[in-house]
Amino acid sequence: MIDTVERARDTPDHPQPYSELGLKSEEYHRIRDILGRRPTSSELAMYSVMWSEHCSYKSSKVHLRQFGDLPRSEVLLVGIGENAGVVDIGDGYAVTFKIESHNHPSYVEPYQGAATGVGGIVRDILTMGARPIAVMDPLRFGPADAPDTQRVLPGVVAGIGGYGNCLGLPNIGGEVVFDDSYLGNPLVNALCVGVMRHEDIRLAKASGPGNQVILFGARTGGDGIGGVSVLASETFAADGPAKRPSVQVGDPFTEKVLIECCLEIFAADLVVGIQDLGGAGLSCATTELSSAGSGGMHVVLDRVPLRDETLAPEEILMSESQERMCAVVTPSDVDRFMQICARWEVTATVIGEVNESGRLTIDWHGERIVDVPPRTVAHGGPVYERPLARPLDLDDLTAGDPGRLPRPSTSEDLQVLLLRMAASPNLCDKTWVTEQYDRYVQGNTVLAQPEDAGVLRIDEQTGLGVAVATDGNGRFTRLEPYAGAQLALAEAYRNVATTGARPLAVTNCLNFGSPEDPAVMWQFAEAVRGLADGCRVLGLPVTGGNVSFYNQTGDTAINPTPIIGVLGVMTDVARRTPMAFGTAPDEVLLVLGETRDEFGGSEWAWSEHHHLGGRPPAVDLGRERALAEILVTAAEQGLLSAAHDLSDGGLAQALVECCLRGDVGAEVRLTGDPFVNLFSESAGRVLVALPAQRRARFTELCEAHAVPVAELGTVRPEHATLTVAGQFGVPLGELRAAFTGTLPALFGSPGR
Amino acid sequence: MVTFPGSLDDRDAQRAVRLAGGEPVALWHGDADLRGVDAVVLPGGFSYGDYLRCGAIARFAPVMQTVIELAGHGLPVLGICNGFQILCESHLLPGALTRNAHLHFRNRDQRLRIENTSTAWTNAYQPADEIVVPVKNGEGCFVAAPDVLDRLEGEGRVVVRYADGNPNGSVRDIAGICNERGNVVGLMPHPEHAVETLTGPSTDGLGFFASVLTAAVS
Repeated sequence: MIDTVERARDTPDHPQPYSELGLKSEEYHRIRDILGRRPTSSELAMYSVMWSEHCSYKSSKVHLRQFGDLPRSEVLLVGIGENAGVVDIGDGYAVTFKIESHNHPSYVEPYQGAATGVGGIVRDILTMGARPIAVMDPLRFGPADAPDTQRVLPGVVAGIGGYGNCLGLPNIGGEVVFDDSYLGNPLVNALCVGVMRHEDIRLAKASGPGNQVILFGARTGGDGIGGVSVLASETFAADGPAKRPSVQVGDPFTEKVLIECCLEIFAADLVVGIQDLGGAGLSCATTELSSAGSGGMHVVLDRVPLRDETLAPEEILMSESQERMCAVVTPSDVDRFMQICARWEVTATVIGEVNESGRLTIDWHGERIVDVPPRTVAHGGPVYERPLARPLDLDDLTAGDPGRLPRPSTSEDLQVLLLRMAASPNLCDKTWVTEQYDRYVQGNTVLAQPEDAGVLRIDEQTGLGVAVATDGNGRFTRLEPYAGAQLALAEAYRNVATTGARPLAVTNCLNFGSPEDPAVMWQFAEAVRGLADGCRVLGLPVTGGNVSFYNQTGDTAINPTPIIGVLGVMTDVARRTPMAFGTAPDEVLLVLGETRDEFGGSEWAWSEHHHLGGRPPAVDLGRERALAEILVTAAEQGLLSAAHDLSDGGLAQALVECCLRGDVGAEVRLTGDPFVNLFSESAGRVLVALPAQRRARFTELCEAHAVPVAELGTVRPEHATLTVAGQFGVPLGELRAAFTGTLPALFGSPGR
Repeated sequence: MVTFPGSLDDRDAQRAVRLAGGEPVALWHGDADLRGVDAVVLPGGFSYGDYLRCGAIARFAPVMQTVIELAGHGLPVLGICNGFQILCESHLLPGALTRNAHLHFRNRDQRLRIENTSTAWTNAYQPADEIVVPVKNGEGCFVAAPDVLDRLEGEGRVVVRYADGNPNGSVRDIAGICNERGNVVGLMPHPEHAVETLTGPSTDGLGFFASVLTAAVS
């Protein structure tokens, strides 16, 4: 029997499976208060998904407000709250970018989980009116040699490639990090960048009574339904498939066609408002659209094209079938809208109409099954001030001084260490992963991984472009969440500036354990505070983001992992600074910033000693700002031939990467402790190469910004050796073998 | 430049034609009219999502019926990656592109050797020229029956070969072939991604597009 509004009124005591759907008793009673009756099963389904942590941000909201409180930025055209923030990059162009997580689905089903993670974020970007132009993927796995990593990593990489490649989106960067804490809970974050003209920005709102609500794209199936199967099985006779897979299955071809179809519809200016169907499917789209517009909407659910005719209305409302969009279109434009969909062979159906009733009403087989104030579903969810408590083990952790760990004492030890570090899973070459991604499609990729940031050309005539980098360090954040978040911000910011782009805006994906654990919640609160304070100092707006909680195995949470994305703008991408040595004659090497004895949370402590303790490197955001100013100015003036940020693995790693990237040797001379010089992870440092005759101009620039600069050595194109004077010399061939051998040995070599 | 549903490198190939000095004309899969173009490029991508087999559905598109007919009369046709797959499915070229031997999609800068400089698409190169052009494919492993391979070799119809490594396991390192007349060429690598130093590993790919302009003029 259909659970109608009328029936709900008549049977107030009918028991409902709200707790199986993840609602707390007080949340259920709040719904009853809002409606003045018990909810119908369809309404309960909608409230339960929309009030879930994932959709409502109920545990994080009170903290995330700090991002909204940042000073108003002139470049921010659309801020937090829409599908993605939009930034003004000049010349009438706007860029939108955002990161989302798809961690749990990717653990259950690595290929589809990762694939639909890409699909979801791409639709968010498309919804803003933008053409998606690139993706990036920050990834975290358990130990590289763990059996489960053998299962998860190849599937995730193939899924990201399988979906992104098929959409024609270049994959321009990301991260691959291995750590024990992610063994039972890998992190699969996906970032998408899109571009549009200012006047093409679209918003998710259903305004204008009489306007038509059109669902278009893939048909709705039973995939991606989480809790509702519980509800359906309690309410209905089991005549349909009983167990729905909770991981969505993606079809990138449908999405590619949908993208082109949407862009043609946008170009013809045929939508009043638009929303993609992602988490919570139609429940989310209809309630968000109507609460942001005229306030009311009527939907005839029978009209939704189905893949499976046995689906119950609750399931249709909650289905997370991929590749679907919902548009609001004026009646006079409906025909043209439908023509474009037909040209792309995209299924499109009018499912409802906008009104001013202040209610979202949904009918099924001629009966009313939903009658709710949409705002209460979309934005009226509970908000929790969860208890916070500093983790009990934190004092022990910070007391674990890495200074007590044995360090290499001879130059031979140093050389062996350099090779072993270069071959370690976190520092080694990631070509095994990145060659599975198309980095060339669209023909505008100026820099891609392993460069410091991905750089894209936006305008072929002027050379205007953007740079994007993502960073995150779970070990630093575990030791000190406030500083860890700022270090991630500083690194992404520095990476963008290293390529010569001026940092403009920040997005984030905050991956944490359970918010119900006060220790996790404390980590979260500290990280958000650190990030907000950091953005204030750097003068950058937060354009949006995503929170992923419950990343834990049993009671053990992952290392808290805020992934920070920074977007920068470059007036002419031809002036970008790449990382390879050897592209200019007579190159000298300089190091900007100060190197201190800082090994807390470092790659060296972890990969050599499996040690996590002490304090992370000090953060100085004022210094980062000065450094960025130098790097951007130097790029604009064409002073630098190469630059690379010093971070994981320190100077040693940067030298290895720059030499191998350019296939040239270098000779460096260290002053002070060679071990500290080579492997410390002090923040705020960049290695640069430039022709000797530009050195004076460049050092003047550094002095003007009060950033210390030290002579390091020279590039030696004629010597295929990385030499540390007075210590050792490693032939590039040996270095390359160490650096590139690790992942193929672990995951299978694809051959030469 | 034909756009099928799922074509990806169509705008890239248009840019390449423009940079080589030609005028790109967009053609639509559903329209049999070639609008009087002098040459046709079938671009890379995943037409129809690679469903059934790569290129197997695109081959039946209305535009392909005209392409097949005019190719028989000497119209220069270049199929890049998915376009190569469509040409094989259309029987304009022999053999087939199968899943890469190592089963992964692979994108890298690839050294190639030009083996035949008499085709409509390679006359701008010198024999045995070595060029660097990106490859990016999941199903680029060229296969054909031994007698077909021998005939291709014997007639000089292996146009381009992988040099310094084979990215996908193609037999005899074959990266591209042509029909008997030399007007239809299929290439697995992507010359349209090697037309500007800013965005590609080289500008070596321009030669394919420059060649056809010469062929069209003569």
